[in-house]
Amino acid sequence: MTLESFFAMGGYAFYVWTSYGITLAVLLWNLFAPIVLRKQLLRQLALKQKRGQR
Amino acid sequence: MSLIQAFFAIVRRDLLLAFRRRAEMANPLFFFVLVVTLFPLAVGAQPNLLQAMAPGVIWVSALLAALLSLDGLFRSDFDDGSLEQLLLSPHPLSVLVLGKIFAHWLVTGLPLLLVAPLLALFLGLPGQAMPTLWVTLILATPLLSLIGAIGVALTVGLRRGGMILSLLVLPLYVPVLIFASGAVDRAASGLPVSAQINILLAMLLLALVLTPLPTAAALKMSVN
Amino acid sequence: MSFIPAPISRFFHRTASPPHFYALADKLMPWLTILFLLLLIPGLYGGLVMAPADYQQGDSYRIIYIHVPAAWMSLFIYVLMAVMGGIALVWRMKLAEVMLISSAPIGAGFTFVALVTGSLWGKPMWGTWWVWDARLTSELILLFLYLGVTSLYGAIEDKRSAARAVSILALVGVVNIPIIHYSVEWWNTLHQGPTVSKMDKPSIHVSMLIPLLLMAVAFKLYYAIAVLQSAKLELIKREPSAQWVKSLLENKA
Repeated sequence: MTLESFFAMGGYAFYVWTSYGITLAVLLWNLFAPIVLRKQLLRQLALKQKRGQR
Repeated sequence: MSLIQAFFAIVRRDLLLAFRRRAEMANPLFFFVLVVTLFPLAVGAQPNLLQAMAPGVIWVSALLAALLSLDGLFRSDFDDGSLEQLLLSPHPLSVLVLGKIFAHWLVTGLPLLLVAPLLALFLGLPGQAMPTLWVTLILATPLLSLIGAIGVALTVGLRRGGMILSLLVLPLYVPVLIFASGAVDRAASGLPVSAQINILLAMLLLALVLTPLPTAAALKMSVN
Repeated sequence: MSFIPAPISRFFHRTASPPHFYALADKLMPWLTILFLLLLIPGLYGGLVMAPADYQQGDSYRIIYIHVPAAWMSLFIYVLMAVMGGIALVWRMKLAEVMLISSAPIGAGFTFVALVTGSLWGKPMWGTWWVWDARLTSELILLFLYLGVTSLYGAIEDKRSAARAVSILALVGVVNIPIIHYSVEWWNTLHQGPTVSKMDKPSIHVSMLIPLLLMAVAFKLYYAIAVLQSAKLELIKREPSAQWVKSLLENKA
């Protein structure tokens, strides 16, 4: 299988790669959103603590 | 007071409260008829089309009417504190809840049967489907009240629980819709419907036993 | 619970405490990630490169390597949520509540993926983007069940009450899933269009089966990784002024 035929997926490139692409997007989102939000939250909490507000 | 007495006391009380607002009892009926009327207006008055759609249209409208009337199940008791009192009763909450649901169904579900012939007329549903329509209404409307009660119990404490109620309850209504409208559809073509009716009956019996428990648990959660 | 030996019940009590679970999640993360990649890469390679093209569907069938595992995960996660809901209601375990609500968006994501990839598979196969196929229809309803859980949790202000509410909802939902699936299948066979899914007769060749199974397990590991990340966030959100959170902030500073 050549690189070209790999990307072409027998003419079904759009369907196959869109499927894999959307899946990748959803999985990355569900993985990284909580990580980012957690870091944000910790930063906010640290700031609050410094200011002595609790 | 024994459990049976308590059950009927609740039913009597709720019926009495409902009759005091007699006018409101007609609202689900009007809604039912109105929604069915919208369909011919939207898809055109072709008799063949309407006849083919009739079972589905009637049943979706019944579903929506049931959904709309669900809020009244616990709303007024929640607002004036009687729900909290009910929770304090020594009797098992699930039985008392069943009493409320039964009364609610008598007032909102049962009357739909009166209106069914009118709707069959509007949509050209064949006469041979009428008995099946009544049977499905008798079996499925209590089902809708029982299943819906879980959703109401979960959302009664929320300010704008209406939309979430629909989101929670409609997926659970899908099997009821499938078998009820499927039965009427088959009856309209003269086919036997015993399978669908039996399944509806089975679902009703299952719901009678299973649904009061999560409903009671949800009420305890909501009232806190 | 007296028949559980002391060290085991101690283990569960410790694990269920937020700071210990948080630390455990951090410890497990690298191992889960390695395992995940060890399964994902051969799975993808096997599915996209090594497995032969299908006789009827050509290369479009390769969508199966994400469609089917995603569909399996969508059901698996909901059942897991119901189990966690049961544990949360019976034993009032905070951690079970946290895991439940952390799983919901991941399950919804997999359901969405199953629907979209099913649609993209269907277009070249059946010529249309959507078919009222029994499986797609049931998956759609499952998506609503997931969204209901997340919406209800968000709508209730007191999070402990919210957790109890979604525990009840998850249990009610899980009972309904087989009922819904059966009724939709019945409805679908009645109104069956001229479609036959290839997966109906699992005469699948082993060169296609192995990547499928690898991807299925890889997705499970992904779920573990993602749910732990989400749980870490939820644990902090639930008790931002707890001592262990304060220590966490100090350690980071």
